[in-house]
Amino acid sequence: MEIIISILSGILFTIGTYLILSKNMTKIIIGTAVLSHGVHMLLLTMGGLKLGAAPLLGYEEAAYTDPLPQALILTAIVISFGVTSFLLVLAYRTYKVHGTDDMEKLRGMIDDD
Amino acid sequence: MTNLIILPILIPFFTAVILLFIRKSVTVERIISIIAGIAVVIVSGLLAYDVLQNGVYSYNLGGWVPPFGIALVADSLSALLVLFTSIVVLVCLLFSIRGIDEIRTKFYFYPLVYFLMTGVIGAFLTGDIFNMFVFFEVLLMSSYGLITLGGSKAQLRESIKYVLINVISSAFFVMAIALLYSVTGTLNIADLSSRVAEVGQPGILTVIAFLFLIVFGMKAAIFPLFFWLPGSYAAPPPVITALFAGLLTKVGIYAIFRIFTIVFYHEPQITHLTLEVLAVLTMIVGVIGAVAYTDLQKVLVYNVVAGVGFIIFGISSFNEAGIFGATFYLLHDMLIKAALFLLVGAMIIITKTSSMHKASGLIKKHPLVGWSFLVACLSLAGVPPFSGFFGKLFLIQGGFEAGQYFSVIILILASLLILYSVMRIFFNVILGEENYETMNEKVSIKGLLYPSMILLFLTFIMGMGAEAIVPYISDATETLLNPELYIEAVLKE
Repeated sequence: MEIIISILSGILFTIGTYLILSKNMTKIIIGTAVLSHGVHMLLLTMGGLKLGAAPLLGYEEAAYTDPLPQALILTAIVISFGVTSFLLVLAYRTYKVHGTDDMEKLRGMIDDD
Repeated sequence: MTNLIILPILIPFFTAVILLFIRKSVTVERIISIIAGIAVVIVSGLLAYDVLQNGVYSYNLGGWVPPFGIALVADSLSALLVLFTSIVVLVCLLFSIRGIDEIRTKFYFYPLVYFLMTGVIGAFLTGDIFNMFVFFEVLLMSSYGLITLGGSKAQLRESIKYVLINVISSAFFVMAIALLYSVTGTLNIADLSSRVAEVGQPGILTVIAFLFLIVFGMKAAIFPLFFWLPGSYAAPPPVITALFAGLLTKVGIYAIFRIFTIVFYHEPQITHLTLEVLAVLTMIVGVIGAVAYTDLQKVLVYNVVAGVGFIIFGISSFNEAGIFGATFYLLHDMLIKAALFLLVGAMIIITKTSSMHKASGLIKKHPLVGWSFLVACLSLAGVPPFSGFFGKLFLIQGGFEAGQYFSVIILILASLLILYSVMRIFFNVILGEENYETMNEKVSIKGLLYPSMILLFLTFIMGMGAEAIVPYISDATETLLNPELYIEAVLKE
């Protein structure tokens, strides 16, 4: 099972990298979202995908899944959510001010304008 | 006294929260922020003194023993960095009274600075690798806010790249933590260190070490990963750049210090050789950029890159003199980079241009700016009475002891070119015929000058009174070279 999920998160990394290398700003942001999905899946996989009950003590099972990676992912998800929403608003504002969403046209040094 | 370590994190955090509510009353905001800044300086001074007296200090949050809970750890290195961070922030706050416009102040400039400070100090004091990631995000998120604050065309254009590069490096950070957790099964740095030592760092751990090097190298701007820095540091107003140059890259360097001296030190012929090569390339790229540009801020921004190269070189020597030099230079660099950016900020406010060729002869009307800039230049280049000298002296000594002769020659040549790059500013802008038609006669720069004078005075003290600061830095060096001191303090059993 770990092999399959690892390959899947590898595919997500590939897609994310490809999208980040594109010119269009929206595509880049979608790329970062896909990349962070890949990372979160990797975090879950690396904690081990052994069979066990959900980490709730009320189940009184013999074995539980590892609760630590789940807490880490929850933290990482909210952080990447905050950053992504900031990035979306920043992209919108940049589009408004510069009138383009093409990264090639956003080149140039500071003293150009 | 036992809770002293948490105060440098809590005071900035609560100050930021309070400041969020009073954004319209600018004067109250300034008074509160400066009082809180002074409080943090005092508290972190006490912390540094305490650490020197009683050794590495560790505090378990919530009373959970490590490795199960989060531990805050203060050794001499982190205590000193916290102290210097609070000094740099306080000085930048003093500069911002005159140096930042009303609109930016009203739109949460001060709360953002304090959240930035929370993140930086937290990253210095934490003893848990995932907690370090969270504090990195705190400081990055506030730096996103600061770099876009104002929303000028150049700021928007450069900040979208800055945010993007940091999103990617954060993703890599989480990935590196995931891989490390799957190999060792722990997140506490001290526990990680002892477990890595047990298995003797096999290949997979060296690979993870390189992944961490990529992540922290992206934050610290070492050679192949520095490309985002020149554009984004030159975009915001000078006081924000001074904060960034004084603090942000230094957090990345501190993380490299921690990871490569406490956790991954078992294969130095691979990791530390790579560090040496990257450090030399960083110096070369930094000085090429510093010599190539004629824009004042650009020259200084490339000097930041070169400074990172010097410090990383000290880590790569991995002996007592090298680590000592790197620590000394790191502390000196925080002060002097902030001072230089603040001075150049004052110069830009006087001449209304950041080009080297459009203004000259500043010294006739503003002699104090001119002479302080000269002092800052000499200190940056490492001329003996100032603080830059001792750091570089020990870096060179460490390099010779480790047999890195070629790299030491590059380091000395790079210092020469750094002196050239800043003295070019001195000769073109400060000396020469009086010629700055755009100059505003009514500009008074009194309030803008004394903050950088404070920093210059401190670097002077650090150079002249090196005897006083040496015990702290030797203590930091000792802990860095003997990880068992750190491990014993955290895992007390």
